[in-house]
Amino acid sequence: MSDAAKGKLALYWAASCGGCEIAVLAINEKILDVAAAFDIVFWPVAVDAKVRDVENMPDKSIDVCLFNGSIRTSEQEYMAQLLRRKAKVLVAFGSCANEGCIPGLANLNNREEIFATAYRDTPSTDNPGDVRPQHATEMPEGTLHLPVFYDTLKTLDQTVTVDYHLPGCPPEAERIWDAITAIVSGNLPPPGAVIGSNTTVCDDCSRKRNEKKIKQFRRTWEIIPDADTCLLEQGLVCCGIATRAGCGALCPAVNSPCIGCYGANEGVHDYGARLMSALSSVIDSDDPQEIDRIIREGLPDITGSLYRFSLAKSYLRRKRKTHNGNGASQPQPAGAAQ
Amino acid sequence: MSEATSVPAAGPFEPRIVAFLCNWCSYTASDLAGTARMKYAPNVRIIRVMCSGRVDPTFVLKAFALGADGVLIAGCHPGDCHYQIQNFKTMRRQAMMKYFLETMGLEDARLRLVWASAAEGQYLAESIDQLVADVRKLGPLSWPRNWEENGDRLAALEAIVHEHAEAMEVPV
Repeated sequence: MSDAAKGKLALYWAASCGGCEIAVLAINEKILDVAAAFDIVFWPVAVDAKVRDVENMPDKSIDVCLFNGSIRTSEQEYMAQLLRRKAKVLVAFGSCANEGCIPGLANLNNREEIFATAYRDTPSTDNPGDVRPQHATEMPEGTLHLPVFYDTLKTLDQTVTVDYHLPGCPPEAERIWDAITAIVSGNLPPPGAVIGSNTTVCDDCSRKRNEKKIKQFRRTWEIIPDADTCLLEQGLVCCGIATRAGCGALCPAVNSPCIGCYGANEGVHDYGARLMSALSSVIDSDDPQEIDRIIREGLPDITGSLYRFSLAKSYLRRKRKTHNGNGASQPQPAGAAQ
Repeated sequence: MSEATSVPAAGPFEPRIVAFLCNWCSYTASDLAGTARMKYAPNVRIIRVMCSGRVDPTFVLKAFALGADGVLIAGCHPGDCHYQIQNFKTMRRQAMMKYFLETMGLEDARLRLVWASAAEGQYLAESIDQLVADVRKLGPLSWPRNWEENGDRLAALEAIVHEHAEAMEVPV
């Protein structure tokens, strides 16, 4: 393929752990096929290109942008908007971009609480002046800006229009390859679609299933589960019942419950609500007090259990705040510059 | 969505309650209350469902996310379900929903489950009045405001564009 016929590919990370970048490399030697089909024009983790280079590209000149990570700061929102403008096809890559993932659990707090933990309360923090990041700082040379840290983390599609969704934490190599081949061949589903399966993890799981009735939820360290029986029937909170297939049921195959990283199945708007419905239905009790005890003893972190990967994308999105707004107005501590 | 999420105009707070009533008992109870000309608070928007067990937590969360101040679920008494045991599933879901909503900062009184048979029109009307009164005391929930935009965010985004334009560039 001549260079002129090559497509242009960009990869970017926002609020994420970096695992999605590594997942791209998990396609192994097929990365050479990607390099044959695409020029990588922007990929901060691997290629030396600057934001200015992207700003100077004509609009819609990037064929595909794989965007991982959620939107935590104004800089990430700016990059999402910029890459949306420059890319023909924008793919929300991985759980963070799709549903907020683990960073989205910070929506149980606001910026002030997160900063207090990060810059004051952790035992390893030595910050006697209680210095916090400021959006604007006056210096003799002029005003310096740090990105604004939002109160509420957003997913990519709560920020800009997304063409395709590739779920998973991280997406499995086979699914990444499916997506890349679909894009290269032009054989794409309608815009807005999730590239992947529309069944649940249970359909890929080889364990025997019977009627589910449990008297007690158990933590993974409490029992050594039987290798052939459904983990939920054994009391473990296995999220496979509500989770989109695509991983090949890797976790249940090694006696570990599904934690739901592939997110909601087709047509489901709120992952945790579905999981809530399924989990509560298997409780074997008709007594309100006993039901309450089973739930509260068995699920000490209910929100983390139901929405480990999808709080930012859920209907409620975040814990209730006592004041409104997204937190862009930063109150300045006394004595700070500005 | 825009209309549903709009914040009510200034004036005395009128709670907006979404009520899911089971077709066989509670909806009939509300019919009974109507034909008997009982008066109850006009703040409820009633949605008839075939069974209280049909009320997926998705419906409840969506109602709150779109601006409801309270949600009522009403079904047949335990043991009287038209579909035998489905209202026991409602009971279990209710417990989990309450626990979850508590961690999200919602007051307990905003979500209520009542059992009202087809003969209990009076009881259903009283339950609605009670819920409306309790939610009125709590004030508006206005859930969408939790992530409402404000002007500084746009200013911060604009600042990035300016900083990049003014950034020192090494001449080629």
